[in-house]
This record gives sequence, structure tokens and C-alpha cells, in this order.
Amino acid sequence: MSEVNLVQAVNLALRRAMAEDSRVLVLGEDVGVNGGVFRATEGLLALYGDSRVLDTPLAEAAIAGISIGLAAQGFRPVAEIQFAGFAYTCIDQLLNHASRLRTRTRGRLTCPLVLRTPAGGGIHAVEHHSESPEAMFAHIPGLKVVIPSSPARAYGLLLSAIRDPDPVVFLEPTRLYRFAREDVVDDGAQVPLETCFILRTGRDITLVSWGAMLKETLEAAGRLSEEGVEAEVIDVATLKPLDGTTILDSVARTGRLVVVQEAPLTGGFGAEIAARVASTGLMSLLAPIERVTGYDTVMPYPRTERWYMPSVDRVMAAVRRLMAYR
Amino acid sequence: MPAIAEFSISSTQFLNSSGALVAPVPGFARDPATLITLYRGMVLARAFDTKAIALQRTGRLGTYASSLGQEAVAVGLAAAMQPSDVLLPSFREHGAQLWRGVTLKELFLYWGGDERGNDFAGPREDFPNCVPIGSHAPHAIGVALAFQLRKENRAAVCVFGDGATSKGDVAEALNVAGVLKVPAVFMVNNNGWAISLPVRKQTAAATLAQKAIAAGIPGEQVDGNDVIAVRFATERALTRARAGAGPSLIEAVTYRLSDHTTADDASRYRDDAEVSHYWQAEPIARLRGYLEKAGVWNKGEEEKLLQECGQAVERAADEYIAMQPLAPATMFDSVFAQLPADLVLQRDGACCGSGGAG
Repeated sequence: MSEVNLVQAVNLALRRAMAEDSRVLVLGEDVGVNGGVFRATEGLLALYGDSRVLDTPLAEAAIAGISIGLAAQGFRPVAEIQFAGFAYTCIDQLLNHASRLRTRTRGRLTCPLVLRTPAGGGIHAVEHHSESPEAMFAHIPGLKVVIPSSPARAYGLLLSAIRDPDPVVFLEPTRLYRFAREDVVDDGAQVPLETCFILRTGRDITLVSWGAMLKETLEAAGRLSEEGVEAEVIDVATLKPLDGTTILDSVARTGRLVVVQEAPLTGGFGAEIAARVASTGLMSLLAPIERVTGYDTVMPYPRTERWYMPSVDRVMAAVRRLMAYR
Repeated sequence: MPAIAEFSISSTQFLNSSGALVAPVPGFARDPATLITLYRGMVLARAFDTKAIALQRTGRLGTYASSLGQEAVAVGLAAAMQPSDVLLPSFREHGAQLWRGVTLKELFLYWGGDERGNDFAGPREDFPNCVPIGSHAPHAIGVALAFQLRKENRAAVCVFGDGATSKGDVAEALNVAGVLKVPAVFMVNNNGWAISLPVRKQTAAATLAQKAIAAGIPGEQVDGNDVIAVRFATERALTRARAGAGPSLIEAVTYRLSDHTTADDASRYRDDAEVSHYWQAEPIARLRGYLEKAGVWNKGEEEKLLQECGQAVERAADEYIAMQPLAPATMFDSVFAQLPADLVLQRDGACCGSGGAG
């Protein structure tokens, strides 16, 4: 057991996956000699050599496309795209090919790849480096979308993603890469996909979030507790396929729901969760559903980005509104 | 100032449009039986084409992309491949697919709108058609890289059209393939037209083969209506690939004698005179002429072959038409290896759900 941050947990999972399965390859820009711009792949080249850790030319669509060819041939490629903002050119490959190769060939060819990319803002980065594109990926049938929110879940979920027989987009919250450390047991134990995790139990209201926003959500829950409001906090973790049951069961207990997402409001994944609760759990609701989200604006540059990001105060204000709703 | 880099593009032709040899032929082409096999492959592809269009016109097949006039590209490249190689086709390589063991029935199923048409019983590792233009080019690198990493003596052959050479995927693929030195052959089926856009408006480059130069890999042009030239160039490129010398790009210059697809009307954008002109250069007649002059083919054999191909195509079409469509709920079957709980709910709630009437 050792105390690691989220990016180190990703590195541990990659080492473990490569050690246990020779079909696992890592490819991407600067992942070899440089160990990745965030050091997620540090040390892998020395351990496994340049036939399993491939520094590719600067061509994101090709990285995704090459991974598809490797996966169809039985390898387990783990591709890194340096920032989610550069993964948009991969969407064609993911949407038109990776996600539907199994269906198109009735299972003759399959695509067990993982596309890892750092996502989210609040890191004072240059433009195009703070994107939250999870809803775009989640809208693609045949693709799984996973976002960890802690080192331990990053480790276990990434192992699940790599071992999964189908394509997975693994969005790593950049803001959490070096935010907190926790004990991660590097024993190869996976954390299941398709499962939402209840991080905190509470009887009054359900707060649902994923990725970096769980930081603000958990902090809000802690402060609300001091006000006598007990919030249940759910980490969605796997957006697609969604574990709707855990969310619906929670709302059935609490009667109130706030979804917190960093991505823009319209068409965000929070809308999917809100719609499901509205259509299936309406009778348990004591108040309207609230979404605390980014805005339908272009992500502001670093000097103003904090005004875009959902804050602890915004989450608490939403909760107070719902608690006061009559 | 001195030139620091120079290049030239060669063009290979053995059999001209009159069916006369213009250069000493490679070894395989000295064997009449081999040439007749290539000829039969092209005739079968055209027979399939004719039937597919007839079925489409009578509402029994979906929109169909004809390979009329381009049979030598498909058959020539397939004949150069080993069965263990992997083909990543565009969508006009019916002749190559048939050569490699995809069945006529599977082709009808695919173009008739049934995924089972991609579940090839024959070449299990070949890719299905790629409709989003050129986006399969990077897949060929992955496949070839897999061969390279496993130290297998195999290669990937990826085919795309002239239009695809304008796409970023193809540019990225050629470049990355060159860096990784993967055993791959990229074949441009330059049929002159990308729907309504003639190749002269597709690029300012004098040839499409020279796109290879910027990627640092060999590029050459061949007469795509000369099946001998296509097979020869592909074999040579495959030999290089297997020897570890990396990928190549071959531009096969041919002509799309058909509309783009059955949903297209090429008379809107090109002259009949141009099409008539290119009918003089089409690949099947020229090889037949050569075989007849060589005394290894005659009218009787031709009639017999046409009859055989026609019967095979009719039989396959009947089998395809008789095959029941997939049950509605099967749309959920292969989305994932295991159907997630969330999709089980959707399936069971759908009209076609597990217990539904469909």
C-alpha cells in the first residue's frame, strides 16, 4: 500500500496492466521518453521498451485509428490524448469505427481499446486545455465513458477499462491529478464499471456529480451537514453505461436531487440524469431537480475561469433552495 | 542553388487499352492459367455488379456502389495478397473481397442492409467496407503494427479512392506508417471522380502517388485498368513490406464507368462522351483481347464463364432474398460483449424486447 495522487494511480494501473497482459500497449504523443506531459506514463518505456510504449507523431486521429487496428488484431491499446480539447478529431474514429466495429461485424471484429485523456478546467491552462466533453462521448452508442474522482477509483476503474472487451473513453480530471493523495493498494483489483459510488450517505438530498466536481460537491455536503442538512453524494464514475438504479434509489430515499457538472448546461450529462429521475422517480420528488453547471459559454481564459466553474457556494445555494421548497 | 531533394513518379503498364503488351510481363503473367484466373475474378465482380444494380432498381437491395470499370484494381491487388494478409477496403472492392473468400451472398447481405454480410465466413480478419471516406487508413497501421509486433510475415492492404487523398486521415496515416515502417500497402483507386468532383479539382498535385513522397515512403502510379500492372506493383510493395522496408502507396489510375452509386446521376456533372472514351480502356475487354490473341481463350469459354458467373450470382441473390431479416431485438446483441443492465432495460422496454412480438 502506498499513498499516491491520481496521476500516480493512473501510472500504477498502467504498470499493472502491462505486467499482467502482454497485449496491453501504450501509445500517444510524448508518452515514451518524456513519460507523458503529466507523467502518467512515466517509467513505462524503461520497463517495457519501445515496442509496447510507442511515441507517435503528432496526429490524434491517427492515434485513435491505429488503436482500432491494434484492437481488432487482439491487442489492448491504451492511447493517450494529451488534452481532451485535442480529442475532438478522434470522435470520428470513435463514433464511426471503434464503437460500432463489433455491431457491424456481428462480433467478428472487436475493439478493446482505451482512450485516456485529461479533461476539465480550473488548472489555469491555455485555451482548449480545459474541456469537459463527456456528454459528447456518452452520446455515442457502443462506447463506455468513465471518469474517476479519486486515486483509488482511478486505479481500479482504469484496470477495468483496460480489461474490458469494448472501447472505453477514460477522462481523467486534470484538476485532481495532484490534488489529493490516498492509499492505493496496487494489487490489480479492479473497481467495477457501470457502477455509481455513494461517497457519503444522507437522508435529505442527493447530490450527483462526477470527476473533479466531486471536490466541490463533497465540500458543500460537509458544510451543509453543519447546517443540519444531510446530503447523499454519488460519484457517477461510469457515465455510460449508466447505473441509474443507484441514483434512483437514492432519490427515492431523499426526495431531492441536485446534479453538479462542470460542462455547459445544455445537453450536458446532468440532463440525462435529471430526465431519468423525472420520468422514473417523479413521485418520490419533494422539490424540482436542480442542475449546477458551467454555462453555455465558451470556457473563459484562466483569469475569469473561476466564475464559470460551479462553486461550493453555488451547490449550497441550490441545496438550500430545494430544502426550502414547499 | 543546389536541389536538396528530388523525386519522380513512375507509371507501370504492361497491357495497353488495345490488349497489346507494351513491356515485358512479370513471371506470373507468362502463365495463361494465372491470367485466366485474374480474368475470371474480374468477370465475376462485374456479374455481381450487374445483378446488384438490377436488384436495387427493383427495390430488393439498398443503395449500391458499383465497381464497373475498376475490377482490375480490386482483383489485381487481391491476387497479390496472401490469404493471411488483411484487407481494409473502401467500398468498391467487391472483386477483391470475392477473391479473398467473401461470398456473393455476404456481399448481397451487406448491400441489402444486413450486418451479417460483414461476418465473413472466409477472411475473418478482413475489415468491413469503410463508408466514411478514408477514415480506415489509420486502422491499416494498427493492423500492420500488430503483425510487426508479433513478428508475423503478414501485411495490411488498405484501399481508398482519389477523394480520400484529400482527407486528413489519409495524410496522417501515410506519414505515421512511414515513421513506424509498418508492413502496409496503401492503394488509391483513382477512378477520376469523387461523386461530382473530378480529380483535377481534388488536388493541384500532378499525381496522387506523390502524396507518398511527403510521407517519406515509396509512391508509384500504375495503369489501374491493367490487372497485370496492379498485381505486379502490389506484389512488389508487399514484398518490400514483408522484408521490413515499410509501407508504400500505389495509385491505380482507372475510371468510374458507373454513377457514384445507384442514388447518383452522373449525367448531371460529366459528359457521356468522356464515359464513352473510357469504355475503350476498360480492364476486362483488354485482357480478353489479349487472351484471345494468345490463343488461350475463345468465344465458347467466354460464354461458359458468363453463364457460370451469372448462375452463381443468381443463386446467391436467391439465397439472400430468402434469408429472413435479423430479429429486431438483435440490434442489442453486439453493441457490447455483454449487454449492460442499462441496455437490458432499453431492450426489454422496446417493441422488439425479449418477450415482445417484434
